[in-house]
Amino acid sequence: MPLLSSVFEPGFFSNGPTQSALTIGGVVAVVSGVVGVFTVARGQSFAGHSLSDIGTAGGSAAFLVGMAPLYGFIVMNVMAAGVMELIGIRRPRGRDLATGIVLGAALGLAALFLYLDTTTSSTTGATVTVLFGSIFTLDPTTVPVVAVLGIVALGCVLALFRPLILSSISPDLATVRGVSVRLVGVGYLIALALAVSLSSITVGAILSTALLIGPAATALHLTNRTGPAILMAAVIGAVETWLGILLAYDSYYWFAGSHGLPVSFFIVLIVFVVYLTVQTTVRLSQRTRGYAGRSSAT
Amino acid sequence: MPATIREGSDTLNVEDVTVRLAGRTILDDVTLHVRPGELTGLIGSNGAGKTTLLRVILGLTPTSSGRVLINGRPRSRRSGLIGYVPQQITLDPDMPLRARDLVGLGLDGQRLGLPLPSSKRRRQVDEILEAVDATRFADARVGLLSGGEQQRILIAHALISRPKLLLLDEPLANLDLRSEQEVVEVLGRVAHSQGIGVLISTHDMNPLLPVMDRVAYIAAGRLASGSTADVVSSEALSKLYGRHVDVIHIHGRVIVVAGPEGIPLHHLGPEPVARVV
Amino acid sequence: MFESFMIDAWEAGTLVAVVAGVVGFFTVLRGSAFAAHAIPNSAFAGAAGASLIGVNPIGGLAAFSLLGAMTIGALSRRARRDVATALAIVMLLALGALFLSLTTEYAPEIFSLLFGEVLGVSTSELLPTAVIGALCILGVLLLYRPLMVSSVIPDVAEAQGVSNQQMEIAFLVVIALATTMAVPVVGALLIFSLLIGPAAAARSITSRPSVALVLSVVIALLTVWLAIALSYWTNLPIGFFVGSMGAFAYAAGRGWAAVANRRLRQASPTSRDAVLG
Repeated sequence: MPLLSSVFEPGFFSNGPTQSALTIGGVVAVVSGVVGVFTVARGQSFAGHSLSDIGTAGGSAAFLVGMAPLYGFIVMNVMAAGVMELIGIRRPRGRDLATGIVLGAALGLAALFLYLDTTTSSTTGATVTVLFGSIFTLDPTTVPVVAVLGIVALGCVLALFRPLILSSISPDLATVRGVSVRLVGVGYLIALALAVSLSSITVGAILSTALLIGPAATALHLTNRTGPAILMAAVIGAVETWLGILLAYDSYYWFAGSHGLPVSFFIVLIVFVVYLTVQTTVRLSQRTRGYAGRSSAT
Repeated sequence: MPATIREGSDTLNVEDVTVRLAGRTILDDVTLHVRPGELTGLIGSNGAGKTTLLRVILGLTPTSSGRVLINGRPRSRRSGLIGYVPQQITLDPDMPLRARDLVGLGLDGQRLGLPLPSSKRRRQVDEILEAVDATRFADARVGLLSGGEQQRILIAHALISRPKLLLLDEPLANLDLRSEQEVVEVLGRVAHSQGIGVLISTHDMNPLLPVMDRVAYIAAGRLASGSTADVVSSEALSKLYGRHVDVIHIHGRVIVVAGPEGIPLHHLGPEPVARVV
Repeated sequence: MFESFMIDAWEAGTLVAVVAGVVGFFTVLRGSAFAAHAIPNSAFAGAAGASLIGVNPIGGLAAFSLLGAMTIGALSRRARRDVATALAIVMLLALGALFLSLTTEYAPEIFSLLFGEVLGVSTSELLPTAVIGALCILGVLLLYRPLMVSSVIPDVAEAQGVSNQQMEIAFLVVIALATTMAVPVVGALLIFSLLIGPAAAARSITSRPSVALVLSVVIALLTVWLAIALSYWTNLPIGFFVGSMGAFAYAAGRGWAAVANRRLRQASPTSRDAVLG
């Protein structure tokens, strides 16, 4: 069918790198979406953004020593998330300042490592890979690693589902109910660090927030219930990612095969547009219905 | 009901509890009894020690001396017999949680893994929502509820596991008049018709007067408890504060005022605390 | 390192530092961490776009910085802006990446726009940079008092005839201008460090606003001069030195404050902690 072949340029599904990209992209989007629902619900969007920026230092350091950036991201993100949790990252002004300073130091370090990357190693494109992702050039052996890490992250969140909600509402209340707030905090941290690291390798460290909060925030406009929210966030994230990969693949053909447009750009664009559309539509429909959306929107 | 209550069947016994933190005595030899079916107001200004006392009862703050008994037994970590409504919970409008979901978490919020839907659970949630008159907004997002509605949901959350003791920390703060009355009415019903011991901490006892059975008045870490008539009097409170205090009753309301300087405190005996139980 | 080609770097760096010190003082005062993060990202997209269509990067920087400032100003009037604006920031970065991917200078261009470049400002660009910087400082000095009032006690400001909204917009424009001139030297990702670090350090050392302002500029100058010198000697990127020295200044400021507090407490052991804040 001519329509189908113009949407899916030749070789899309049989292309090796594309298959890896679709698989990894899917897993990453699902994990980010699920963890992201809790991040947004806890009001930690800015902290999530800072976390991935701080991870830049880790990814570029890993690149320097010849390790896959993924592992650098994980180490750096786990450490940074741990520190943030210790000093408490829920909204107050002074924390924004301290977080910003750490962010600056980490980005400075990233500048250093990336510079050393380009001067010492023969591989080019460290900057672009670390900052904006490289989903098409990921080593296929990364796929099982991503899958396992994704399962670990999802497992943490799903196992701690109810205690996490309780401790997000009120740590005191949770403690009285017998929840170990500390344990829950650690579990969530690990899931967050993993989610941010995984999305850093697909869309890049400084863009990874889009996958973390975009689909989640979109889902939160569509439902009031936790279960459906995380399901929707996962599905929306996956579809947006796949669409982005498809468009990036197709873009090669728009320029007669000389070069394509960055995947991360497409994914972020789709996440942004979908969010704005849903948000505006929901707001408009609430206004015409005449109340401030107190009952379930679905 | 009071005639048949005996000492051993108290819901809550706080006995000679002292709490010292960073060199300061926050609670000084505090004794308090809450009986099933009775609503006790823990009255005191900010900083008097109300929240600390509640935290001691909940096991969140350790005591320097004294003990706490729930239903006659020393409190253990997962008492499960205490329902708690903390002060000032800000529910994020982004949190995807309906009112009925929050209430449901009162049953199993501490369990790991994903919840399985069950009709029994749904029935329990519906019943308790009915009891606090919250059925109307059961499906609304918790972060979008009004102050009074949120309080009722939190009360339902605390009650659904059928506790014997219900503790509320400043539940009426920042509520408009109507919400205040709604919450007070619910609390009165909970205590009197469900036989639960209810302890409410507040800095203003007036909204509670219609439903309050007993008063526990706390000032600078010392506590005097008893009936409203006994405790909320110029004499008893002056003794508690250690300085002259006037209690004025007007139009069914109570106003506690610090007396002018220079008035002698002639009823201050060797005991600094009035224990009128 | 004072060869003729480096003179431009020193001049540009000095201008950037002075402006950053002044603007940073108010950024920290107003807690505008978010705007200080978002506007440079917008600038990045602008510079990338300018590079793509081959116009002067300063034009692109200025246009997009101001655009970003206006957007934040408009969006922040809505009640909750966390998610929408966070996504907008990221969208701008992605846009910048797109523009640069279409040019031939992809990687090096990205690097210097994001992390700075000692020789980022050429001789021909020095004059526009100085003019923009002067505008910035002039603006701040003219608006000093209403800006202070609106930053420190916004509730009272309206009563005094200061429009908080106008001050917010004015300040966002100031940040946009400061961003425009600073991005070529220190990079979009590190401007935040230069704005916040010295100002936060100054604030920890002194409580007097005029002294803090001057100190902020002094620390910013030292930071930038050291960064240029070290970058020249080691050939390592200037962004690295700006980032680490911003953190160092902040930590040093906090350390100073802690030591000063301890000395104060030792001098007058009966003074309450509340005095030392």
